[in-house]
Amino acid sequence: MNWQAVRTIFSHEMARFWRTPWESLASPVVSTVLYFVVFGAAIGTRIQSVEGVSYGAFIVPGLIMLTVLQQSITNASFGIFMPKFVGTMYEILAAPMSFIEVVMGYVGAAALKSVIIALVIYLTALFFVDLPMAHPVWALAFLILTAFSFSLFGFLMGIWAKDWQQLQFIPLMVITPLVFLGGAFYSASMLPPFWEGVAKFNPVLYLVSGFRWSFFGQADVPVAMSLVAVAIFLALGIGAVWAIFRTGWRLRN
Amino acid sequence: MRPIIEVSDLSKTYASGTAALSGVTLDIREGEILALLGPNGAGKTTFISILCGLVTPTGGTVRVGGNDIIRDYRAARSLIGLVPQEISIEMFETVIGTVRFSRGLYGKAPDDAHLEGVLKALSLHDKRDAKLMELSGGMKRRVLIAKALSHGPKVLFLDEPTAGVDVNLRREMWAVVRRLREEGVTIILTTHYLEEAEEMADRIGIIDKGRLMLVEETAKLMHEFGRKRLTVELAEPLTVLPATLAGEGVALLGDGRHVRYDYDTRADRSGIARLLAGFAGEGIAVRDIVTEQSSLEEVFLRLLEEKV
Ligand SMILES: Nc1ncnc2c1ncn2[C@@H]1O[C@H](COP(=O)(O)OP(=O)(O)OP(=O)(O)O)[C@@H](O)[C@H]1O
Ligand SMILES: [Mg+2]
Repeated sequence: MNWQAVRTIFSHEMARFWRTPWESLASPVVSTVLYFVVFGAAIGTRIQSVEGVSYGAFIVPGLIMLTVLQQSITNASFGIFMPKFVGTMYEILAAPMSFIEVVMGYVGAAALKSVIIALVIYLTALFFVDLPMAHPVWALAFLILTAFSFSLFGFLMGIWAKDWQQLQFIPLMVITPLVFLGGAFYSASMLPPFWEGVAKFNPVLYLVSGFRWSFFGQADVPVAMSLVAVAIFLALGIGAVWAIFRTGWRLRN
Repeated sequence: MRPIIEVSDLSKTYASGTAALSGVTLDIREGEILALLGPNGAGKTTFISILCGLVTPTGGTVRVGGNDIIRDYRAARSLIGLVPQEISIEMFETVIGTVRFSRGLYGKAPDDAHLEGVLKALSLHDKRDAKLMELSGGMKRRVLIAKALSHGPKVLFLDEPTAGVDVNLRREMWAVVRRLREEGVTIILTTHYLEEAEEMADRIGIIDKGRLMLVEETAKLMHEFGRKRLTVELAEPLTVLPATLAGEGVALLGDGRHVRYDYDTRADRSGIARLLAGFAGEGIAVRDIVTEQSSLEEVFLRLLEEKV
């Protein structure tokens, strides 16, 4: 293993994160906190508690997941699209690195960024709402696994994308709807039965539900299902990366 | 001694169907400067890209330092530094930052002393903390060289290092390349300019339409390029060439109105003065004089004929 190279890419990516703290950290945190304020404080006072949890607290895990999904995909896809776009990709391809090492550097950094953002949002949320934490280790596990899986997807998207439009297409057209319909703002049980059934096909629901369970000890779907869902995402991501590694798709023509 | 690079029957057909390389076989000697010369689209960049691992070949094998570039890619690539044809750098990086990054990718421990040395050799040291976007085009090109040298490669590929570079900088680049060669680095460069190849290279390879037409010692090739032809048109036709005019390379053409003289511009004396004085001495009136230099194509053809 060329660990030095993994570390080099990893720190290069993290350096970009810290170089522009306003864009990379403050902006996702502030926009999420605005949700707390608007939905939690303003509207939440008029909504009864959801399954015994105050609405202001109820939406926090979902909002954190929402941000983690978006940030993981954006950061990872941007991280690998940038060298393709600027032309510095030649350096990565000519280096004595395996594709797995390249992935570890980029995806590791993107996942860590998301986790940092999530933690900052969590700490900020504590100022606004009473937030229990039933299973902290599980919460962290869900967080890290989700950040990692979706950073893998972001990475794949960055490799797939040929231009900026394509780079933004999937996050905008696929991920955002899935996330918003994934139960960040409501419990699936609040939906009419038909839509509750439809919602069960949304993979994001399982992530949000499992993460919420770590906080409140209750979930829309069994926690085991949520774990299986995360495992499937991870497996799909790793499988796709492996396929690219074998074929050099979109990288080595 | 075993060649540092052994290329055998290398081919590349892009997905688009373009056959960019066909059956290239070539040994590159350790420590030499090899210039690859060829028109646009000849396949020079494709050749370099395959050797550096950017492009997957469709056929053939390449060994670098005895390591197959696909099976033992780590060992092979560790020996190589690449300066690409296009200037592609991250504009917000600093000079020293980007050079450190390159070194890291090769798995080498940080060594700022080495990197500072590389920057000094390329006259970039006073810019070490400058952002890349603040540099001139020529400086950016030198940064690319510094990046390629950051891990101390044994083989350096320079893809058109002097394209769009002014005369001074070009001389400077040549000096850098020579110094590297003195340190024992093997250098493969591509160029469109014959003079550049002549100035720099120990051997010149000519690529055209994906084929390696020939590889020749520079001196031998230049001798061929050095040939010129003088044609003298006479006012009155001659039936035979006067003995005083006869000499090596001089011939009277069939129409009797033209005398042709092939000579070598590199010889101490071209013999033109002697020939023209001869015409005057014989009282032969000269109407016109034309000189032609053998073109690249003619030299290709001649050398190929010689080979067959
Ligand atoms: N990525 C690619 N996909 C498809 N065709 C390509 C690709 N890169 C190069 N080609 C084609 O392969 C041929 C050789 O191109 P190459 O870039 O190797 O030439 P070159 O000798 O470097 O030319 P130049 O002197 O202009 O740099 C050209 O016909 C080119 O159009
Ligand atoms: Mg080229």
